[in-house]
Amino acid sequence: MSQKSQMKYSVSDLLPRRVWNEIERVSKERKLTESQKKKLIEEVIKHYSKAFFEPGEAIGIIAAQSISEPATQMTMRTYHFAGSAGIQVTLGLPRMIEIFDAKKEPETPMMTIYLKKEYNDIRHAKKLADEIKERNLQFYATDIRLDLENFQIKIRLKDGIKKSVLDTILTSLQKKFKEAKVRIRGSVLTLEFPSDTDFKKLQKIKKVILYTHVSGISGIKNVIVRKEGDDWVINTLGSNLSEILKLKEVDVKRTKTNNIHETEKVLGIEAARNVIIQEAMSTLQQQGLNVDIRHILLVADAMTFSGRVKAVGRYGVAGSKASVLARAAFEETIKHLTKAALKAEVDEFKGIFENVMVGQVVPAGTGMVELVATFGRGEHGSRKED
Amino acid sequence: MTNVFFNGMFLGTTDKPEEFVKFIRENRRKGLITEQVNVAYHPHLDEVRIYTDPGRARRPLIVVENGKPKLTKEHIEKLKKGEIKWSDLIKEGVIELLDAEEEENAYIALTEDELTPEHTHLELDPSTIMGLSASMLPYAEFDRGDRVNYGAKMIGQAIGMFSLNFLSRVDTKSNVLIYPQKPLVQTRTYKTINFDDHAGGQNIVIAILSYEGYNMEDAIIFNKASIERGLFWSMMFRTYEAEEKRYMGGQEDIIGIPQPGIRGYAGEDAYKHLPEDGIVNPETEVDSDQVLIGKTSPLRFLGSMDQFITGLENMRESSVRLRHGDHGIVDRVFITESADGNKLVKVVVRDLKKPEIGDKFASRHGQKGVIGLIVPPEEMPFTRNGLVPDIIFNPHGVPSRMTIGHLLEILAGKVAALKGEIIESNPFDPYPEEKLRELLEKMGFRYDGREVLYDGRTGKKFRSMIFTGVIYYQKLDHLVSNKIHARSRGPVTLLTKQPTEGRSKEGGLRLGEMEKDCLIGHGAALLLKERFDSDKTTVYVCQNCGMPAIYDRIKGKVYCPVCKDSKIVEVEMSYAFKLMLDELKSMLIYPKLVVEE
Repeated sequence: MSQKSQMKYSVSDLLPRRVWNEIERVSKERKLTESQKKKLIEEVIKHYSKAFFEPGEAIGIIAAQSISEPATQMTMRTYHFAGSAGIQVTLGLPRMIEIFDAKKEPETPMMTIYLKKEYNDIRHAKKLADEIKERNLQFYATDIRLDLENFQIKIRLKDGIKKSVLDTILTSLQKKFKEAKVRIRGSVLTLEFPSDTDFKKLQKIKKVILYTHVSGISGIKNVIVRKEGDDWVINTLGSNLSEILKLKEVDVKRTKTNNIHETEKVLGIEAARNVIIQEAMSTLQQQGLNVDIRHILLVADAMTFSGRVKAVGRYGVAGSKASVLARAAFEETIKHLTKAALKAEVDEFKGIFENVMVGQVVPAGTGMVELVATFGRGEHGSRKED
Repeated sequence: MTNVFFNGMFLGTTDKPEEFVKFIRENRRKGLITEQVNVAYHPHLDEVRIYTDPGRARRPLIVVENGKPKLTKEHIEKLKKGEIKWSDLIKEGVIELLDAEEEENAYIALTEDELTPEHTHLELDPSTIMGLSASMLPYAEFDRGDRVNYGAKMIGQAIGMFSLNFLSRVDTKSNVLIYPQKPLVQTRTYKTINFDDHAGGQNIVIAILSYEGYNMEDAIIFNKASIERGLFWSMMFRTYEAEEKRYMGGQEDIIGIPQPGIRGYAGEDAYKHLPEDGIVNPETEVDSDQVLIGKTSPLRFLGSMDQFITGLENMRESSVRLRHGDHGIVDRVFITESADGNKLVKVVVRDLKKPEIGDKFASRHGQKGVIGLIVPPEEMPFTRNGLVPDIIFNPHGVPSRMTIGHLLEILAGKVAALKGEIIESNPFDPYPEEKLRELLEKMGFRYDGREVLYDGRTGKKFRSMIFTGVIYYQKLDHLVSNKIHARSRGPVTLLTKQPTEGRSKEGGLRLGEMEKDCLIGHGAALLLKERFDSDKTTVYVCQNCGMPAIYDRIKGKVYCPVCKDSKIVEVEMSYAFKLMLDELKSMLIYPKLVVEE
C-alpha cells in the first residue's frame, strides 16, 4: 500500500474500526486488488453515510413512533398462539411492556444455558439439566401427617429414592430444623420435635416443610434440552444466573437470562443493555414486525446510560428529564412543581416539550440552527447566478 | 338451605328449591298465582329469585310439556274464529311470559320439529329471536350476522315519517322525508307495527356497476334527474325557544326588539327580521346567526354601584339566534305560557335538504355509503327500454361483506315492482329465490336479474350485463350540510385566548399531541411554532425580578412596579403559558423569568 493511498483511506475516519477491520478481512479473503479495495471502501462509505441521522433529527420521537406503531398492531395478535411445544413464554405486547417498564422479575424468567466445548454433548447436557432442576421435598413425598401426641411430623416418601438423595434430604432437613430429630425408617421420614414445641408452630412447619429445598438450583423450575445448530442447549424456566455460572460445565460467555435486573446485578450494566436489546428485538421479530435495531438501541441506551436500569416512565426515563415543565406536564404535576419551587430549580428550556409549551421554536430539526453562515462571493469563486 | 329473594329482598329459605320453583310455576299456569310472577332458581348461586317488579322486559313463549307444545291446532282454529283471545291462552297456561331471569331456567326450542322431552318452551316463531329493528330486514338470514346488526342499527337512523302529527310538534330537532314510500319487500313486522304510516325510505332502481371510480370505497352515485324529481328530499325542523323569565327584585326579561345602547347590542342588521313584538313572522327566510326572538334580560351580576342605575345600562342582550351555519325558513311560531306562567315563545325553523355529495344512505343490509357523484341523466347508463337507475352501487361492496340479502332484495324488489304487489319475505321463512327467478322470466326479464346496459356517455353497450333491480334505500340522519365545517380565523376562548372547540362555536381543529410529534419527527420546527401561535402574546418582563412589567398608556412608559428603574424586555410567549405563570403565582410559586435582550 503506497503512502498516498494510505492517506486517502484514513480520510475515512467516518467508518468505525469494526467496519474498517471487516473491509480488511474481506479484501484479504477475496484477494482484492488495490483499486478494487478502493472501490469497496468508497461504496461502504457511501452506504454508511446514508445511514447517518442528520444533526437535529428528532431520533427520540422517531424511535418512539417506530416502536409504538407496530406495538399497537401487536395488541390484537398476541395471546393467539396455541399448542406450541416447549416452555410457555410471555411474548408480544405484555413482554414489550415488561422490558420497557424494567420489571424486577419477568413473568416467565428464562435462561439459555450453553455448555463448554468439552461438555457439549447430549449426555452431559441431559445430566446437567437433571442436576440443576430444582427439587424440593414435595417431589419425593407422597403423604404428610402430623402426630400431635408425639410431636412428630411423618412424611411418607416415594419408593426407590437413591441413598445419596436420602442423605441430602436428611442433612437439609436437619439443617433447617435444628431442634428436631430427623430419621428415616423404611420409606417413612420422621421429624421429632421437643415436647415443649407449640402446636401452632408444628402446624406451620407442616405447611412449609414440603417446600424444603433438596437438590438442584433454586429458581430453576423446569428444564428442556435442545439442539441449537452444533450446540446442546438447556432452556430453563426460572432463572438463577449467579448460581448457574458457577457450574464447571457452563459456558460463561454465552449463557444468558431474560431477567434484566438479574443480569445487571451479576454481569453489569452493559450486559443488561444487551439483554434489553436482544429481548426487545426478538419479541418484535417473533410477531413478524420489523423494527430497525437502532430505535431499540436508543431506548436501551436511554434506559441504561446512568449506570442503573431505569424504566421508561414516571419513575425512570421520563421522570428524570431535565426540564421541570416537561416533567410537570407529563405526570404528577403537583409533585414536580412543588419540588421545583422548594429547590428553586431552573428550567434551561433546552428540551422540546417546554419550548412547545411557551410557543418557542423547538431545538430540533430546522430549529437547531441558530447561526446561518452566508458564504461571501469572491475568494472561493462566485456563484454562477450572481 | 337455599335463599329465596323476592324483588331483590331476602324473603326466606327453602330446602327444596327445585320443587319450590316448580310449585310456583304450576300454580301460575293454573291461574292460582297471577301470571305476572316470574321465578328462577340459580343452582350455581344457590338462590331462588322471584320477580314481580313493574318494567321488566318479558317475552311470550309456548309452554312445552313432555316434548309436546300445549298450543294445539284447536287453539289456532278457535283463535281464527275469534272464539278465544290471546289473554285466554295466557290464562290457560298455553303461553307464558318469561323475563330475563326465568329465561335462564328455560330450554327453548326454535322450531317445533327440534322439540325433545327436555325442552320447556317453544318460540312462537323463529323470527321472534330478533328485536324490532332486526326483524324489519328482509332476507336477513342470507346476510352475515354483523351485517344484520349494522342494518338494524341504521334503520333507526333513517329519515322518514317519524310521527304523523309532526306539524303540531315542537321537537328540538326532527327530520321528515318528503315522499316516503313503503318498502316493496317487507317482513311480517311491517304490518304489525303499521310501518306504512311511518315509512323510512324510498324504493329506488339500483345498478351494481362501477362508474369512473366515483363510487369507490362505498360511495354511491345518484342520478341527478331522480333528485330533481324529488328523490330523498327531506325537511329538517329545529325549534328555538325563549321564555320571559322573572327574577328576584321584580325584574324580568323583555321579549321585543332590543333597544340600541344595551349591553351586547348587535346592530340593526341582526334584528332586521323582527316585527314590533320581537318574534319573527312565519315564512321569513333566515340565515346563520340572525335573531329569531329578540330578548333583553337584566344583568346577572350587579356591581355595588350598578344596582342604582336603572334603565338601559342595566340590561343585557339575550336574543335567540339561528344556529351558526344553519339556514332556513321560519315554519311555525307558537306563543304560550310556561309552567311558571311566563310568556314562552317557540319558533320552528324548517330547512329543505336535497341529497348532495356527502349525504349518507343505506340499504337494509348494512350496506351504507355516501354520495360520491351526482350524474346528469344523459350520462347515466340506461337499458334497452330507456330505464335509468337512480343509484349506481359499487360491486366491490358485496364479496367481502357477503350480503346476499342485499342482492336477493334487489331481485325481489324488481319482481314486486313488475307485479305491482308487495312481496312478504319473513326471517327464516323467505320468499323463495326460485320463485322470484321464475316470475322474472315470466315477465320477460332474465332470470338472473341482469340486463344489457348502455353507457350514457358513449352510447356503447357494456361488455357484460349489469345486475339491475329495485331496492329500498334509506336516507340516514348524517347530512353533510349539518356537519360541514372549516375555519381560518375565528372566536377564541376568554380564559386561554386559544381557538374555541366545536362546529357550533366556529371552532378550530385541534392539532393534538401526536400530530405535534409528527411535525417534530419531520424536524419542521418553524412550522410547528407557527401552528401553535394561535394564542401568541407579547409580555413585558422586568429583567431584574423576572415578572411581568406594566405598560403605562398615558405616559407611554413601561416599568416594573417592584423594581421601578429596571430594564424591561419584550418576551413573546403563548398566552396559555402566561396564564400558567399567573396561576403558579397564585399558588405561591415564584416563576422567575430569566431573560436576555
